Amino acid sequence: MITVDHISKRYGPVEALKDVSISVPRGELFGLIGPDGAGKTTLFRMVVTLLLADSGTITFDGHDVVSDYRHVRRNVGYMPGTFSLYQDLSVRENLEFFASVFQTTVKKNYDLIADIYGMLEPFADRRAGALSGGMKQKLALCCALIHKPLVLVLDEPTTGVDAVSRREFWEMLKKLKAQGITILVSTPYMDEAALCDRIGLLQDGKLLRSGSPQDITANFDRPLYAAICKEPYPLLLALRKLPELDSVFPFGTALHITAKEQLDLPALHKELARQGFSDVELQPIEPGVEDLFMHLMQ
Amino acid sequence: MTGAITIHAKALTKRFGAFTAVDAIDLDVHAGEIFGFLGANGAGKTTAMKMLIGLLMPTAGEARVAGYDVYTQSEAIKRSIGYMGQRFSLYNDLTVLENIQFYGGVYGVPPAELKRRTDSLVHDLGLKEHVNTRLQSLPLGWKQKLAFSVAMIHEPKIIFLDEPTGGVDLITRRQFWELIYAASAKGVTVFVTTHYMDEAEYCHRASIMVDGVMAACDTPAALKEQFKVKTMDEVFYQLARSAQRAE
Repeated sequence: MITVDHISKRYGPVEALKDVSISVPRGELFGLIGPDGAGKTTLFRMVVTLLLADSGTITFDGHDVVSDYRHVRRNVGYMPGTFSLYQDLSVRENLEFFASVFQTTVKKNYDLIADIYGMLEPFADRRAGALSGGMKQKLALCCALIHKPLVLVLDEPTTGVDAVSRREFWEMLKKLKAQGITILVSTPYMDEAALCDRIGLLQDGKLLRSGSPQDITANFDRPLYAAICKEPYPLLLALRKLPELDSVFPFGTALHITAKEQLDLPALHKELARQGFSDVELQPIEPGVEDLFMHLMQ
Repeated sequence: MTGAITIHAKALTKRFGAFTAVDAIDLDVHAGEIFGFLGANGAGKTTAMKMLIGLLMPTAGEARVAGYDVYTQSEAIKRSIGYMGQRFSLYNDLTVLENIQFYGGVYGVPPAELKRRTDSLVHDLGLKEHVNTRLQSLPLGWKQKLAFSVAMIHEPKIIFLDEPTGGVDLITRRQFWELIYAASAKGVTVFVTTHYMDEAEYCHRASIMVDGVMAACDTPAALKEQFKVKTMDEVFYQLARSAQRAE
């Protein structure tokens, strides 16, 4: 449905995207994952015909996004990272406006947004500017959907949103995917990677890896361990001094350790006990997407 | 935690007209403690934090921060704490050195002492080659770490951090938490809000606000035990999904 082929883009001295290629088949939920400044928004703006690449091509539903931008604009629903609806129009007016721009009516495609708009209906006459963050996000999604697009492009829809609203949002995406809509979404949250069919890891304009979360982590090529103890910070400092270890980072309740080769765990236990760490639990673990991303960043 | 109590609140309340934003919260945070202050959007976190840092007068209840009363000694509180907000608060068109000197000056750090602290800060952050670089050309992660260190330039006993790691890359996020650990090890109280639930696990204790009320407050391990779940994300979800209020 979307093919990004060797795309590069510079802003003055900054290389925003470096030779990025991605392919997203019809009906897939694809997540572009990376921190601020990785190039996520730049890439999305090219896909939705708002920005030109320096080199490379993008096709959308078989059409070139530059020469056939009209086809893209008719068939894409785009939700930018900043709220860009009309603050002084009401919820209903915003929705009707977007429907009319696409020469359709709210009624005609109502089934697509019924679930989401249902939560907004009590506030239909409220000005969009006076909605809460979560409500604004739902309205923006409705407006992006009202012309029944082939593809939804969502730029960091869950940034700054609390953990409960984030879950609700991903539930909505799952339902939209089930209706056959192709979804391209970006996020800085690693836990959302697992909810995508496939992901791309973007850092400093470079696509470090893309594939299903399972395939991506299968590539992790060093031994990985978790260490749990009561006082993780002193343990972290002590582990960093050991030459056989590659990296030590906090991961939730545990420290994750990569090593150059398989560790002799009993010997490591003994060494840590000698240094006064007697309550350390050490075990080999399977890598997650976050482990791999951090490994590729170094 | 056995250190002295540095942040104390009892039945602390803020009403805006008929709306109770913060509803009688109790809180005791100790020296050297990393305290996670969690809650859904609109739960009242920001309002509560503003009262604790002396920016907003409570409607009722009591609170003392660094030994000072929030009603009558808010200026003394502001001098005794460090604060790093969600929005980047350093000057992008000043250099690293100029930013440090500016904030050092605002907080009245004596020149000789400021020079010593500047040197050690620049060394610890590995910014030696960049002291004369304007912030606008530094990566976001470096700027966030610098903002933290600048917020600590007057060596406060308490630091308030409001979503300090939003948008920051994975490795910088961890380096940032190592700065937090290091501050805590020196006895500084760290009061931090975040939307990243893995970061909630790094806290000594965490509280979760729901609709203005303190719905839970304990160590991450005890909270997970209480709710019979494996992660703080699940604890948060169990508590906050029942919230009635949005922002």
